[in-house]
Amino acid sequence: MTRSTERPAPLSFRHRHLLGIDGLTRDEISGLLDLSESYIDRMRQKEKGSLLLGRTVMNLFFENSTRTRTSFELAAKRLGADVVNMQVQASSIKKGETLLDTAITLNAMHPDVLVVRHPDSGAVNLLSQKVDCAVINAGDGTHEHPTQALLDALTIRRRRGRLEGLIVAICGDILHSRVARSNIHLLTTMGATVRVIAPPTLLPAAIEKLGVKAFTDMRKGLEGADIVMMLRLQTERMQGSYVPSIREYFRFFGLDYDKLGAAKPDALIMHPGPMNRGVEIDSEVADDIGRSAIREQVEMGVAVRMACLDLLTRSLRDNLGS
Amino acid sequence: MTRGTRQPPRPTAFLNARLIDPTSGYDGPGGLLVIDGEIADLGPDLGRSGLPADAIEINCNGHCLVPGLVDMRVQLREPGEEHKETIATASEAAAAGGITSMVTLPNSDPVIDQVAGVEFIARRARETKGTKVYCYGAVTRGLEGQHIVELGLLAENGALGFTDGTKAVASARVLRRAMSYASTFDLLILQHPEEPDLASGGVMNGGELATRLGLPGIPRDAEVMMIERDLHLVAMTGARYHVAHVSTADSVAAIRAAKARGLKVTCDTAPPYFILTEAEVGDYRTFAKLSPPLRGESDRAAIAQAVADGTIDAIASDHAPHDQESKRVPFAHAEFGIVGLETLLPLSLELVHQGRLPMIELIRRLSTRPADILRLPQGRLAKGAPADLLLFDPEAKAVIEVDRFRSKSKNSPFDGRPVKGHVLRTLVDGRTVYEAYA
Repeated sequence: MTRSTERPAPLSFRHRHLLGIDGLTRDEISGLLDLSESYIDRMRQKEKGSLLLGRTVMNLFFENSTRTRTSFELAAKRLGADVVNMQVQASSIKKGETLLDTAITLNAMHPDVLVVRHPDSGAVNLLSQKVDCAVINAGDGTHEHPTQALLDALTIRRRRGRLEGLIVAICGDILHSRVARSNIHLLTTMGATVRVIAPPTLLPAAIEKLGVKAFTDMRKGLEGADIVMMLRLQTERMQGSYVPSIREYFRFFGLDYDKLGAAKPDALIMHPGPMNRGVEIDSEVADDIGRSAIREQVEMGVAVRMACLDLLTRSLRDNLGS
Repeated sequence: MTRGTRQPPRPTAFLNARLIDPTSGYDGPGGLLVIDGEIADLGPDLGRSGLPADAIEINCNGHCLVPGLVDMRVQLREPGEEHKETIATASEAAAAGGITSMVTLPNSDPVIDQVAGVEFIARRARETKGTKVYCYGAVTRGLEGQHIVELGLLAENGALGFTDGTKAVASARVLRRAMSYASTFDLLILQHPEEPDLASGGVMNGGELATRLGLPGIPRDAEVMMIERDLHLVAMTGARYHVAHVSTADSVAAIRAAKARGLKVTCDTAPPYFILTEAEVGDYRTFAKLSPPLRGESDRAAIAQAVADGTIDAIASDHAPHDQESKRVPFAHAEFGIVGLETLLPLSLELVHQGRLPMIELIRRLSTRPADILRLPQGRLAKGAPADLLLFDPEAKAVIEVDRFRSKSKNSPFDGRPVKGHVLRTLVDGRTVYEAYA
């Protein structure tokens, strides 16, 4: 328990929930990353802490995601929390009232933290208004996926020592990507230069107003990039006339050594996973140990989620202490 | 018949009023006499040469006495969704909002695509004995966009015009035939201006905010594309065509040009489109989810300007009541629309208070023009016209409070908004259907 004094306190964090990166300040993001850093060693030592002993973390997933759910589960358990996983069938949430009914039901069970993934943008915000506990957005529709952006930032910061001044190229289905949105908010706030690269059909309207530069030519977009962040292309997009075919997509927007040549020689390759090899990324590139940070991203995910759980439950512990 | 034995209502004289009548262009002091549900006399000198001995005299204290508002687009939810609104509750809300006539869209359950539907609305309106209620018929059977309805028969039975309600008639071929057929009887065709394929899946205005919120957007161009296509059909067929709830600057420009070319085209908008912008959606506020969606500031300003210069003929409430269950859901799943009957007048008055247009022109947009477009005799202060009247105080300060709405549904983004303008009394055929307590 004495370890708690060692944890660096974020300079400020004035939010009850973590619903997105949009709206967080530079100090808040830095604080979260610093706190995450402090959890890396303990996570690697598989040490089970007691910070959240007696606390309940509920993973409420309205959409399948084994990786993110497991990462949150591990993070919570390593802090000593009790974890409950709830997988809600997508069909039963077609009627919106189910979401609020669920909120009322959950509230009656008194969890301390709700980790929520939902296929609709804004659904996690709506839920957070109806529950008394802290809520972490584990991905809502095409809106935000804040912990993914934080773990990406932590990975970059550890490899490059900073975020400010870096050129980060995010490539792929920007239109439907919550990962892209959260990363855009985080990286631009931290002073990085962000480019997005996609066919015009997968670029959202007015994306430049989010402070990024848009490219439809991958080589031009990758020119001089420090970081190349690839996004997953959902197979349904290929059927929805967003792109003509997989092979056409891979030819112009898939990451291979040829296109990567435009980026800086030591450019770091990232991907939120799971990857479509041969669709958005060439296997060789994905498995290049020297350049790919993909495995490290997964590892950082647990540390970041431990930090988020720690931060959002501080007030609970403070109240208990007083 | 018991009617003959009943005591006829006494004549009523409204004195010391500010009479405003867009048809004659009169805006000045005067009085108005109602006998047997009709306007018997009016003018600045009313009463000087004496009034009927048994007349009831009402002192208007200088407040505005105008033709009652004619709301050319509302959804009453009856038949089919009476938990959201009924003709009775809507009528009560309309009366409190100064609306004396309203026209319901055919997208009820069942759809108003047969004579029986038109007759049902007429019967329920008679039973309610409040605001006058009319209906539009569907353009196509079941609103399915395929087969045109019995336009002539429906019109003969009282349908004031034809529209597929909140859906556009997507097929140019079908709309061309509907317009062509309608022109035979000189019937009005109203269109929901949105290219449905381009707008498909969208839930708010396409742009930066939609991108930020991760919500699928509806491009602005979806509106003007449909209007421009339809204008070609109007030129081909000579039909009378009305564009519902115009929301973009480009649409206004297209309609302005068509009017200049002499096409028989009219249009309306609703207060949210000249007052609010998409910023109202903010943090996924479903009460700001409308169809067409709220747009950006330049569009909002263009709509306000077009109301002022008369390119936009009419202001309708676009009343779309929804219960909590339809709105307290994730944004993408929420229903489109807001309630509007009780806020139509005070919100529209903002244009007058901002100095954008004179009061008489506002009353023209809210009453006279819609009545003209619908070919109704009301909407004017004239001897022999129905005594559908609205008495209101344009300066009275108020705050919009949804909890006090008479409408069954409370979905309004204007809750808590300070406004100026207060309905004092509403009369339909000389009967007081609403009176504010002092």
